[in-house]
Amino acid sequence: MSTSVVPPAPAALGRPVLDISGTPAIPFWREVLVELRKSYNTRAGVWYLLSIAMIIALIEAVILIVALVQDNVVLFEDNAFIAGTVTVLLLPVLAIMLVTSEWTQRSAMVSFTLEPRRARVVVAKLVVSLGFVVATLVMMLLVAVVATGIAEIVQPELTDWSFEIKYLFGFAIFQAVTMTIGFAFAALLLNTPAAIVLFFLYWYLLPILLAAIGGISESLGNTLEWINFQVAIGPLTEWEMNTGEEWAKLIVSGLIWIVLPLGLGIARILRAEVK
Amino acid sequence: MITVDQLTKTYGDFVAVDNISFACQPGRVTGFLGPNGAGKSTSMRIMVGLTPPTQGSATIGGLSYQDIPNPGRHVGVLLDASAQHAGRTGREILTMGALTMGLPKSRVDEMLALVGLSDDEAKRRLRNYSLGMKQRLGIAHALLGDPSVLILDEPANGLDPAGIRWMRGLLKGYADRGGTVLLSSHLLHEVELIADEMILIGHGRIVAQGDKKTLLASRSGTASALVTSLDNGGLGAALTAAGHSVTPMGTGLKVGASPEQVGRAALQAGVVLTDLRDGGASLEDLFLELTSSTQRDAFPAGAPA
Repeated sequence: MSTSVVPPAPAALGRPVLDISGTPAIPFWREVLVELRKSYNTRAGVWYLLSIAMIIALIEAVILIVALVQDNVVLFEDNAFIAGTVTVLLLPVLAIMLVTSEWTQRSAMVSFTLEPRRARVVVAKLVVSLGFVVATLVMMLLVAVVATGIAEIVQPELTDWSFEIKYLFGFAIFQAVTMTIGFAFAALLLNTPAAIVLFFLYWYLLPILLAAIGGISESLGNTLEWINFQVAIGPLTEWEMNTGEEWAKLIVSGLIWIVLPLGLGIARILRAEVK
Repeated sequence: MITVDQLTKTYGDFVAVDNISFACQPGRVTGFLGPNGAGKSTSMRIMVGLTPPTQGSATIGGLSYQDIPNPGRHVGVLLDASAQHAGRTGREILTMGALTMGLPKSRVDEMLALVGLSDDEAKRRLRNYSLGMKQRLGIAHALLGDPSVLILDEPANGLDPAGIRWMRGLLKGYADRGGTVLLSSHLLHEVELIADEMILIGHGRIVAQGDKKTLLASRSGTASALVTSLDNGGLGAALTAAGHSVTPMGTGLKVGASPEQVGRAALQAGVVLTDLRDGGASLEDLFLELTSSTQRDAFPAGAPA
């Protein structure tokens, strides 16, 4: 037994006390491990990860074959970012499922009973989501090495290995932000289909609408530049943040687009009654 | 070990739990008994911090649940055996629990063996489990961290008779080793056999509590006995002569006297008894009576116990 009932002190007679002196709290790394496990120990999780891999392989193969047949130049950079673009589109769904499945499958009851400090569970999930971003970067480079390597063998003079590391950083930031927004919507809605639909509308359609509205008048357009996060993050992904105004716009729109929904989402989980 | 103090939970105008207080002692099985919707599950969710109380508090070993580090090592909880991802295997669910609590993998095999889930069954996904199997898995999960307190909501639900008997033995043994057990049920017979202490709840309020004897004694009923003999007529006459009320019932008599008095009367009258038992109120009568205002189905006053 890890616990024992200590003899009651006179004041506590009849009210035995739990001896917790020998029990350390659950370390955060273990909570991250558990959350990571949850992302692949269901059929949905496994198949989703496999599907992403297969889609990337298929697209890369088709593009490579077309390029080789038509004697086009094959760029390492292109190969890397094609793989990356696919993951940007699909990976946030994994982050969404990591959060929402706890509620749709009601396993939150067990998760929050084993760790009542709910914020730690939520942050562990966020860490796992961002871990997938890092894994994505490694994978997209590997895929690009293989695809470009094949081109190198077939048509060495038409193959370009040049690669600028700053684009990788820019891409990493964009991918991390995308995952975080998916995560925020999952926490806010706690429902898988609703979170996925709203996430795609919010992240991919709304910026276009905002840009279109901004086109109506110049003053409106200038205001919306402070709100439209997709536009504000543009220079960063190209690693060309130059002016203070660009940074200011990124921070202001980031607060509105990411911090606000994420804060509200986490607050909802922390307060929710788990049934 | 578990102390519930003036706990109240309201949802808008609806009072789910109404100012309840009780304590569960180590070494004893406490039964939490009440009809559906009486507030049992809500109270238990509050005890483990899943639902915030409106007023009052629930503590375990003097601590609020949130303040227990690695609570799975101290408090085993089973609130809903179906509240697990349906796509995970039984073994995986236990493995995740063991990983969270920092237990060796061997603990998973021990628990599977303890609750009688075979290797083959442990490899199946939860959606293919029967309710009884889910309950066994849930009990395995609750016992995983070798806790000193168990909180189980309707653990016998879905178990077959052999399973219920098995669970009874398991929990009795657990309490005998000093553990504290709180289990809820809407089935009196389940709890009656296992609980040392009973808390009857209806409409969010505790209507009675104590052990079986205390509960029955709390009812000021007149003594009555059911008796069958080889000469009911003669025995009836003798009892009437002794001043007891006698009414025929089935193949025997219902007598307004204690079984002892009936036995003495039969001895004096020289009548052979074939059956003699206490006709007093059963725990079930008490349970139904105390919670009657909350019962969904009215029951006729003279319904056989």
